[in-house]
Amino acid sequence: MEIVYALALGILVGSGVWLLLRPRTFQVLMGLALLSYATNLFIFGMGRLTVHKVPVIDASNSVDPSLYADPVPQALVLTAIVIGFATTALLLVVLLALRGLTGTDHVDGAEPDR
Amino acid sequence: MNLLLQHLIVLPIVVPLVTGAVMLFLAESRRTMRVTLALVSVLIQLCVGAALLYLTSDAAPFIWPEGVGVYAIGHWPAPFGIVLVVDRLSAVMVTLSAVVALATVVYAIARWDRPGQPFHSLFQLLTMGLNGAFLTGDLFNLFVFFEVLLAASYGLLLRGAGAERVKASLHYITVNLAASLLFLIGVALIYAMAGTLNMADLAGRAATLAGRDRALFDAGAAILGVAFLIKAGSWPLNFWLPGAYSIAVAPVSAAFAMMTKVGLYAVLRVGTILQEDETLAAALFYLGLATLITGAIAMLAAKHLARLVSYSLLVSMGILLAAFGLRIEALTGPVILYMIVSVLTTSAFFMLTGMTDRTRIADPPVMRDDDPMPQPVYAAYGIKEFSVYRGDEEIGIALPAAMAFLGLMFVCCTLLVTGLPPLPGFVAKFALLSTALAAAHVGAVPWTTWAFFASILLSGFASLIALSRVGMRLFWSVAARTTPRLRVLEAAPVAALVLLCLALTVAAGPVASYLDSAARSLHEPDTYVRAVLSAYSSGQTERGSP
Repeated sequence: MEIVYALALGILVGSGVWLLLRPRTFQVLMGLALLSYATNLFIFGMGRLTVHKVPVIDASNSVDPSLYADPVPQALVLTAIVIGFATTALLLVVLLALRGLTGTDHVDGAEPDR
Repeated sequence: MNLLLQHLIVLPIVVPLVTGAVMLFLAESRRTMRVTLALVSVLIQLCVGAALLYLTSDAAPFIWPEGVGVYAIGHWPAPFGIVLVVDRLSAVMVTLSAVVALATVVYAIARWDRPGQPFHSLFQLLTMGLNGAFLTGDLFNLFVFFEVLLAASYGLLLRGAGAERVKASLHYITVNLAASLLFLIGVALIYAMAGTLNMADLAGRAATLAGRDRALFDAGAAILGVAFLIKAGSWPLNFWLPGAYSIAVAPVSAAFAMMTKVGLYAVLRVGTILQEDETLAAALFYLGLATLITGAIAMLAAKHLARLVSYSLLVSMGILLAAFGLRIEALTGPVILYMIVSVLTTSAFFMLTGMTDRTRIADPPVMRDDDPMPQPVYAAYGIKEFSVYRGDEEIGIALPAAMAFLGLMFVCCTLLVTGLPPLPGFVAKFALLSTALAAAHVGAVPWTTWAFFASILLSGFASLIALSRVGMRLFWSVAARTTPRLRVLEAAPVAALVLLCLALTVAAGPVASYLDSAARSLHEPDTYVRAVLSAYSSGQTERGSP
């Protein structure tokens, strides 16, 4: 499972970085989105990958930490998703404004002279 | 009484949050109300900052005997809940940010808060993010407050619209989003290895890691450091900074001058808590040196005053990072002093830029992107020919000697930036250099100290040349320039900041000794760790009772 997870993360980060370095604003946006997915998965994975374990501790039985998933990274991921979502939405607005103001979707607001 | 003081720590975060939220519900026409609220809020922050300064000092040992105050949010004890921690450095930073905020709010009242967007509301959220970042004792919480202040800064940077500003904002937002992702990756790695995000708890756990765990932990800390350095404007991660800072409207860039210092504060705080090793410190030194040198060269090349000031900000960040990277503990006090001076100077200078830009009204080609209020704004909000300029003539008091005032302030700011006496730019730089020399053994001064020495002096010289050149063009070539009409509300904050700097020279002794004690407590993280981990541990709510 770790191998598949790591490969998926690698592919996401690789495509994200490549897109982030492209000259078109929409590509940059998609790059950031992919990178933030990768980051969120990474945080989640840092709580160790487990199957069939709940993060919420049932206090009625005796508590054995090895039976539970780590809840902290899950909470962190939730926060990171919310923040990332909001800022990406804001970036989308700025992107559209720049497109409207300059008439091009180049990140520098003008086509490079060739 | 004691209970009230315990809650003092959370006020710098709650007050601007509530104020900013309430302001959103005020109708567009309730301008007086909004301005009053904003002023009251920053004044409260200033008072709380001053109170924290006093309470953490040796003069008031009855509340927090070791100068570290802890506030557990929701009364959850330290490693599990999020804590706010105030020590001397945090108190200094909170007060400094409140001073800059007060000056900025007053300056903005004059003309910048009129059309459209909720300037004051966003500004309050920015101060909330700043204060939160200075007070938090938890790494992830630090991330959240970084995002709060960045989100507010995105909105503030977009003020005034115009294609140039939107373009600069796009670059700024993209860079900062990428930096935030690096921040998250660093935090996740640190959590995976140490199992905690509480800074005090981390200090203890990091020491127990060894082998591959330690290597991964260090990698996480390094990635985190890169994220901080992007915010702090370190070379080569600072190319976004001059573009964004010089294009923002004047009060916004004045407030932004404080924002780069958050990155530096994070480096100082996390660096000392995690006891970063030789290699990281050396990297910091070289990066700082590179920032300094490139900044100084860019200053010589800059043509427009706002860009020049942005580069001078980079130079000061370079000096600060390099000084911290020298790993001389006695140097941390002067570093904080220089940081204070640099923040006050840069803010005053950015505000001044907003006023001198108006002297160029008869000079349309250069006005293009520097025009404080381009027409599209008014069109977008259905306001035609907005009454800012006319309003000035009707209600504004034209200073009799506007040009003289601007010139005087320009000279003061130049003295501050270049570090010439009698203003505290000189005191701070002198303290840095003499401490660096004093720390070296006689006859065996390491070459890094010499490099630091030389680059500080040369960068000061370079900024003197650059600023004199721009100053001559601004104030002595009278052709095609108009004498601007200034309002007292705009002039007063600039003068106040410069006067505050002057006061820092007069009171340099006590200030320096306070900052030295702040630096000492920063380099003795044990006190900090003990205070955080012992607070609330035995259900005890009030500490330090005799």
